[in-house]
Amino acid sequence: MSWITNFLTSSLGKKLIMSLTGLFLIVFLVVHLAGNLQLLYDDNGVAFNTYAHFMGENELIQFLSFGLYAFILLHIIQGLVIWVLNRRARGVGYAVSNRKSNSFASRQMALLGLLIFFFLAVHMGDFWYKVKFTDQLTMVPIEGLDGELVKDLHARVSTAFSEWWIVVIYLLGLLALSLHLWHGFQSAFQTLGLNHKKYTPVIKTLGRLYAVLIPLGFATIPLYFYFIK
Amino acid sequence: MIKLDAKIPEGSLAEKWTKYKSSVDLVAPNNKRKLEVIVVGTGLAGASAAASLAELGYRVKAYTFHDSPRRAHSIAAQGGINAAKNYQNDGDSVFRLFYDTVKGGDYRSREANVHRLAEVSANIIDQCVAQGVPFAREYGGTLANRSFGGVQVSRTFYARGQTGQQLLIGAYQALSRQISLGNVEMFNRHEMLDVVMVDGKARGIIARNLLTGEIESHAAHCVVLATGGYGNVYYLSTNAMNSNVSAAWRASKKGAAMANPCFCQIHPTCIPVSGTYQSKLTLMSESLRNDGRVWVPLKKEDVEAIRKGAKKPTDIPESDRDYYLERKYPAFGNLVPRDVASRAAKEVCDEGRGVNKTGLAVFLDFSEAIMRYGKAEASSLGENPEDEKLVRSLGTKAVEAKYGNLFEIYEKITGDNPYRTPMRIYPAIHYTMGGLWVDYNLETTLPGLFAIGEANFSDHGANRLGASALMQGLADGYFVLPYTIGSFLSKEIKTETISTDLPEFKQAREQVRERLDSLMNIQGDRSVESFHRELGLILWDYCGMSRNADGLKKGRKLLKELKEEFYKNVFIPGKTNEFNPELEKATRVADFFELGELMMVDALHREESCGGHFREEHQTEDNEARRDDENFTYVAAWEWKNEGDPVLHKEPLKFKNVELKTRSYK
Amino acid sequence: MNLKLKIWRQAGRKTKGQFQTYSLEATPEMSFLEMLDVLNEKIIEDKGEPVAFEHDCREGICGSCSMVINGQAHGPMGMTTTCQLHMRHFKDGDTIVIEPFRARAFPVLKDLVVDRSSFDRIIQAGGYISVNTGQAPDGNSILVNQDDSKEAFDAAACIGCGACVAACPNASAMLFASAKVAHLAFLPQGKVERQKRVGRMVAQMDKEGFGNCSNTYACEAECPKGISVDNIAKMNREYFSSSVGSQKD
Repeated sequence: MSWITNFLTSSLGKKLIMSLTGLFLIVFLVVHLAGNLQLLYDDNGVAFNTYAHFMGENELIQFLSFGLYAFILLHIIQGLVIWVLNRRARGVGYAVSNRKSNSFASRQMALLGLLIFFFLAVHMGDFWYKVKFTDQLTMVPIEGLDGELVKDLHARVSTAFSEWWIVVIYLLGLLALSLHLWHGFQSAFQTLGLNHKKYTPVIKTLGRLYAVLIPLGFATIPLYFYFIK
Repeated sequence: MIKLDAKIPEGSLAEKWTKYKSSVDLVAPNNKRKLEVIVVGTGLAGASAAASLAELGYRVKAYTFHDSPRRAHSIAAQGGINAAKNYQNDGDSVFRLFYDTVKGGDYRSREANVHRLAEVSANIIDQCVAQGVPFAREYGGTLANRSFGGVQVSRTFYARGQTGQQLLIGAYQALSRQISLGNVEMFNRHEMLDVVMVDGKARGIIARNLLTGEIESHAAHCVVLATGGYGNVYYLSTNAMNSNVSAAWRASKKGAAMANPCFCQIHPTCIPVSGTYQSKLTLMSESLRNDGRVWVPLKKEDVEAIRKGAKKPTDIPESDRDYYLERKYPAFGNLVPRDVASRAAKEVCDEGRGVNKTGLAVFLDFSEAIMRYGKAEASSLGENPEDEKLVRSLGTKAVEAKYGNLFEIYEKITGDNPYRTPMRIYPAIHYTMGGLWVDYNLETTLPGLFAIGEANFSDHGANRLGASALMQGLADGYFVLPYTIGSFLSKEIKTETISTDLPEFKQAREQVRERLDSLMNIQGDRSVESFHRELGLILWDYCGMSRNADGLKKGRKLLKELKEEFYKNVFIPGKTNEFNPELEKATRVADFFELGELMMVDALHREESCGGHFREEHQTEDNEARRDDENFTYVAAWEWKNEGDPVLHKEPLKFKNVELKTRSYK
Repeated sequence: MNLKLKIWRQAGRKTKGQFQTYSLEATPEMSFLEMLDVLNEKIIEDKGEPVAFEHDCREGICGSCSMVINGQAHGPMGMTTTCQLHMRHFKDGDTIVIEPFRARAFPVLKDLVVDRSSFDRIIQAGGYISVNTGQAPDGNSILVNQDDSKEAFDAAACIGCGACVAACPNASAMLFASAKVAHLAFLPQGKVERQKRVGRMVAQMDKEGFGNCSNTYACEAECPKGISVDNIAKMNREYFSSSVGSQKD
């Protein structure tokens, strides 16, 4: 094997992949949130639909989105592989398990990841799939684009979040995401070896803020549509 | 018939080792590859020897009864390692280290060996630094030293309170490297049960695979024993639970002489016994006596009140305390050598002034040190040195910086906080100066059988100085044996690989098997542990801190009776051909019986007091030890013959470079 | 104090084990292992097979103890090995569950005794400085910054007991391996071989079947010597630079 396969298949290499893909997804979440917060504009969806149209048509964005899907899949598959290997490394389990030595989130990263995956399936089925592969969405003209007709994703969102159970699924999904990030953010830095007596505490605080604020930001959207609209 | 020949090289003391090294027969590299060496034990001496011999090109087989060579009890040494580096520019030299060691040993060690030890001491530090041992450093990055054990120079190198651990890990890593290179074949979980002699030379061992119980033969051109000391004969000691004498004792039953077995070191600062189930004792580093003051109450009623818990030690006013070491030895005070401090503690406890439930403990008090450091700290910070609360808190911090980890160990074990209440301490068996008799080559009286480290008797005389055990173990393993083993192996280059099919191996294997079976077949009613405990008590009572002729005779009798009962009534569960820790213990205890007897014989014959051996009949008016240089300046090497009627051989000790003086600490 | 002990009994490596329950009278001054000694004495009195457990120095430094007590490696007290744990930390009437360290790379040999030779093989793979006896320069010719020396010592304090593996939900040996990598990488003497060392040690660690680190830090929490997970980050760094960063394959 060449050094690269040796490296990537080693325990540390596997973890590096988790860390790098994780960090990429962390960056993605910020971009995604920034775009989606436009849903909160009280302009009948003009800004958001313009943005959604742009994201759907721009070739560079399309190219990047494939990278995103690939990274999500890699993160999931690698995570599962590691999970299986780790179960096997323990062998026989303990009769009494200790919960004092580590946090719930750090122990249950795989479970949380799986929940997030299911949430993602619901989320993408509801919006991405319907936009990309169906004609279920109504078309609305956008003034800024010389009246061009685009799919009214804003209306779709509004409809979806009028159902209480979809809102609940989103909130639960975001809770799982929050816990996943609570551990994952600083863990990614530890795996990269970016550890420093002075800066690690900052990264830890930053990670916790991120893990709370980003999911909270996302949560405002279904709550806004359900309660205010 | 044993004939002792120390084979000390000619020439002046300082030249002997240099001359020896340049004239000892060498083995050519191509021949080294053909020669096999067995090293039993992988503590400091064993691991360093196995690694160094393998580096030279010998084919080494190493054995440990542990699951890993990293666990030997060298790991528990706290204080440090001496070396005549004179980095502190305080007047240290090879000669001074040599002199201190000979004097500290009460003039019962061999000049040439001790001088060699002092000579190679400096190389040990270099070697360990190169291996990555994290010794303490000064701000400028140079190695730090401290003074230790009441000597006048700072020559002790240390790695916090875990010097032994760090040195052992260094040797273990060197050994691991040789294992990975294929130069050492490592046998974990193997215990040596006999040495095999072929044509008068040690050619192998019989070992039991402790996992499977299999009795195995292992052959080589020579055998090195690095199997440690026998302090566990006392049951309660600071040794590890599995430390034992069996390898050395098996050798002595084959004809290797055992030297000065009654020289045992009793360490004055150990945590006292707290109950009958107690399995071992824990040492508190000697360095504590630099700042701790030892005392017991003057009045019996205070003693009673403390034992009942009606009074706390801090309730006793200064005027009612007896700082007995300071009273008896004004010059050295609390810093008198180990043997003196231990005996003094025993004396006050014998007077009924011991301060715990068992009556066997004295106080080691840090309150004065806390206040002293606190005041100095307060002054340097510009604070009021009369502010008691502040001074106490600053002083506590200063003491914590010095002894934090030791105080923590103490609190973990006893539950008492030594910053607030004095420690309770009592002497305990710690080290054995006696061991297999070896000549200058470290070869026993059996040709081809070498003994290194604590397993041999050589360098500490009747009393070992602090921080010298690590030095001797590593000196033997790294720098002495790799040369001296050539004196034997250079004559063996034509000897073919030794086969384990030889009848001698078969016979030895059979004998071992019979011995194990006969122990297993007793199927009596008492556990091995209970015998060991009783054996330990007999030795402690009659051959412990102070001895007398009547006691030794009585002890020997009791011991014989107990041994008889052991062979009639011991119960060992399980089978021989499986993992059986009780059987392991039984074989070790069986050997301790015979060794214990020999210790008493030796103690009885040595009609003098010297070092760790204190005979009540031989003391001055003020109860100090009285040596008899005229009649006892010799090594007592015992040949175990006729099961319990050992024969004494004497190696006279000649001192040409030091003058024999009476140790005085008044 | 009266105790109920649930202890894992397993005759050999390949046999199946199960818990067995014992009741025992103990005193608060006993150490945990002395409590087991008393139990074994009792079992031997009844001509039974005593509980096998590994122990030696009984002063917290040899690293022999290998049991999990109520779900925690070395029991409930932080920074304490089993042999230094005392019964006064338990209460009258307590039930104590005692299990061996669990990891595929630490197979159970008997009762509470496990095979930790995988740790030795990790060290043999490269956890040393290649210097033969006699080759060393004068000790003071290698200056070591006091802070580096402190960091190196903190990592070198590892006793190789394997509690990190036992505590880790993934049975990972990262804390053990990284402690050695960090100890040697902090010192100038160890820097010469650092790239080769970390690569070989990680490869061996993977070969032994230890799990992956997922940064739960249970290892640090249950390590009786307080070895820091900072060492793990350091090892990651060392490993990446030795693999991605080095000019060699």
